[in-house]
Amino acid sequence: MVKVMDLPEEEFIYPGTRACAGCGMALIYRIALKALGAKTLITVPASCLTVLHGMQGFCSTKISVYHTPFATTGASASGILASLEDKGLADEITVLAFAGDGGTTDIGVQALSGAVERGTNFIYACYDNEAYMNTGVQRSGSTPLGVKTTTTPEGKLGHKKNMPKILEAHGIPYVATGIASYPLDLYEKFKKARNIHGSKYFHILSPCPPGWGYDPKDTILIGRLAIQTGFWILYEVENGVFKLSKPSARYLDPSKRKPIEEYLKTQKRFSTLTQQEIDVYKTYINNIWAEIKSRIENQDRI
Amino acid sequence: MIVIEKQKENSDENIMILTGNHAAAHAFRQAKVGVISAYPITPQSPVVEKIAEFIAEGKLKARFVKVESEHSALAVCCAASATGSRVGTATSAHGLELMYEMLPWAAGNRLPIIINLATRSLGAPWSVWTDHSDFITIRDVGWIQFMCENNQEIYDTNLQAFKIAEDPRVFLPSIVAYDGYILSHTMMPVKLENQEKIDEFLPPLNHHINLSDISTVKGIDPVTTPHIVKRPEGTAPGYYEYRYALQRSLESSISIIKEVHDEFARKFGRSYGNGIYKTVQTEDADTIIFAMGSVASQARVAIKQLREEDLKIGIVSLKLFRPYPYSDLREFFKDKENIIVFDRDIGYGYEGVLSYELKAALYSLQKRPNIKGFIVGLGGRDVKTEHIINGVHKALDEFKQGIFTNKTDFLGLELDELSDYDESTYFGG
Amino acid sequence: MTDSKKDYQKILGSVQKPVIGEAGKTGTWSSKKPFIDLSKCIPVKSGKPSCYNCWLYCPEAVITRTIPPEIDLIYCKGCGICMEECPVNAITMEEVKSE
Repeated sequence: MVKVMDLPEEEFIYPGTRACAGCGMALIYRIALKALGAKTLITVPASCLTVLHGMQGFCSTKISVYHTPFATTGASASGILASLEDKGLADEITVLAFAGDGGTTDIGVQALSGAVERGTNFIYACYDNEAYMNTGVQRSGSTPLGVKTTTTPEGKLGHKKNMPKILEAHGIPYVATGIASYPLDLYEKFKKARNIHGSKYFHILSPCPPGWGYDPKDTILIGRLAIQTGFWILYEVENGVFKLSKPSARYLDPSKRKPIEEYLKTQKRFSTLTQQEIDVYKTYINNIWAEIKSRIENQDRI
Repeated sequence: MIVIEKQKENSDENIMILTGNHAAAHAFRQAKVGVISAYPITPQSPVVEKIAEFIAEGKLKARFVKVESEHSALAVCCAASATGSRVGTATSAHGLELMYEMLPWAAGNRLPIIINLATRSLGAPWSVWTDHSDFITIRDVGWIQFMCENNQEIYDTNLQAFKIAEDPRVFLPSIVAYDGYILSHTMMPVKLENQEKIDEFLPPLNHHINLSDISTVKGIDPVTTPHIVKRPEGTAPGYYEYRYALQRSLESSISIIKEVHDEFARKFGRSYGNGIYKTVQTEDADTIIFAMGSVASQARVAIKQLREEDLKIGIVSLKLFRPYPYSDLREFFKDKENIIVFDRDIGYGYEGVLSYELKAALYSLQKRPNIKGFIVGLGGRDVKTEHIINGVHKALDEFKQGIFTNKTDFLGLELDELSDYDESTYFGG
Repeated sequence: MTDSKKDYQKILGSVQKPVIGEAGKTGTWSSKKPFIDLSKCIPVKSGKPSCYNCWLYCPEAVITRTIPPEIDLIYCKGCGICMEECPVNAITMEEVKSE
């Protein structure tokens, strides 16, 4: 297990960016870049990250970034990689695509699916703040049930699109979930992904103070509650083999999970949730964990 | 004798009978394109099939990304070009329209990407046959646009297009277009040139961005504001300045296009007018047919008959559509009487694009020629010699009567045969 | 060549170079600032590199992984995550009057 002193001290993002105070994505990005190092090329679609990178003429990172239109992240990464392969530099330089949930689950799905189906050797990290935050909190395919956004003032109908599962179905060598609140777990996973050849997918939950409706100081706490209630699960699927990550492993036992209300009450975006919807959440969480339990057992049997 | 045989053995120099699509593919091979992205669409698919064949046979060392849509095809090209490779792709009609979002992106980024366009009509309804509607829909986004009349020209223009696009005074993306089926699938003799001579003509790309050089940190295409930025670390242009630079570069690229065309002519012995437009029998002409691509080709046949009628008539076949060569055209047409334009496209809601753009360019002439535009050949409807001849007669007649109109005049419609057709009868009641 | 370049030839694609404080002095975003009580701080007390939760969880990377940890108040946005995550409550957020 990675310890805090294992992380390199070098920062790849200069201070004084345009990210909100307490931004989950800023922390995720900082940790990911520490794991991948200076020999990285990054492509970023329209997202909050575009703004963090800085506006005209001046950027805030120590790594080169190619900004690309919204729907094209997967294709853009394919293009960068193709050029590096043509120049014989693909073994030296890591290609990272870093997109939000809107740019991944909705408009970016086609390009992502195409890129991984071609076996493109890159890392795709989706930082999921569960809505189109950069444009002012509109719902996305990744918004959970019942959440209040500007386009779903009475709460979203329908569950969150399960992107890690969709990417698993593409048969890629590595799929992992992460969260801003467990940076050491995230660092370890990015370091592992860097050394795997093929398409690697990360889906990282990113608490967002203005979008989720909480005080910025609680970003890490809220993410931790997401894990402790079993709502968000940290795991890896490496060559089809499922493995629960350490922070989530103990919640396989339902008695250890905190009640979902503890997570929901911390954020204003859940304020329109009815009791019926909360019960749906409870069933939903139980079902997901039951599926995981059965999957682990079947795996061990084999 | 022995010397000549050795030359043939060692060189690529060869006359092959090729379709337009394959001529384009050979040009990509010999231009040593580094990254090609492709998605199939009729009638362009053989371009990418041939390229795949070249790569499999080891004749072209390139990365071929088989994308899942045309939008991604151009996105891959943009990213690969920004990373520093020579790139290209091919498409038609709806594929080009799907790429539309990325077209201004490539132009604004100043990426020297080459797209081969086998022209095809835009639906609805579906048509796989040629007209120039796809070619003209993208005229305002900032790409250089060429139209070709034969397969040799496709090969030659591709090689020139790379050189022009990559010139440090230019750095603009470019489309090389040719009529679908008429050229894309028709076989013609094409002389392929010696690879060494091509390498001399077209040196490796020296890109102004080159992300693959990670020794310096670059952010590319950030969000900009309406204002310029001034801070202790330096100044940065605003959006307005970037776009001003794009427009000025497009305007000034005309002289470089001519330069490269002339250099190619000296080196390889083939020229296409002045690189901007080609002329046929215009020296003594007072009446000019103005067209491009397959329409101009057909006019070359029609003109023989028209000359027999004692008409002093010639043809201007436009090769460079964008940037629009208004100075050159104004200079050419300043002492001409009549111009008859044949458009294989419509700027819907107005008239044929070649027609109204020419009228605008010649507006400031002291003595304005008479101009009339006709629409021909949409959806692959044959452009017949008799259509052109009838058009010329009708136009000259109208000029004599002092009739000048912007209203679209269609040649080749078969409405008379359709007198019993009525859509409302199709669905009963 | 640089001298003979026309003005539009010096402008090509939109490019950026890195700077510190791209958004300005983001410390001005909040009047609350974090202060570390060194008598409680774990690496200070033990004299060994340890804990460093504040360094780890700071989204802005304005805390150094040194003994003692130092916070760059020019860029610190005052989010308060370091205060929340310090296991020994060594950090407090205090109102700082601007100059």
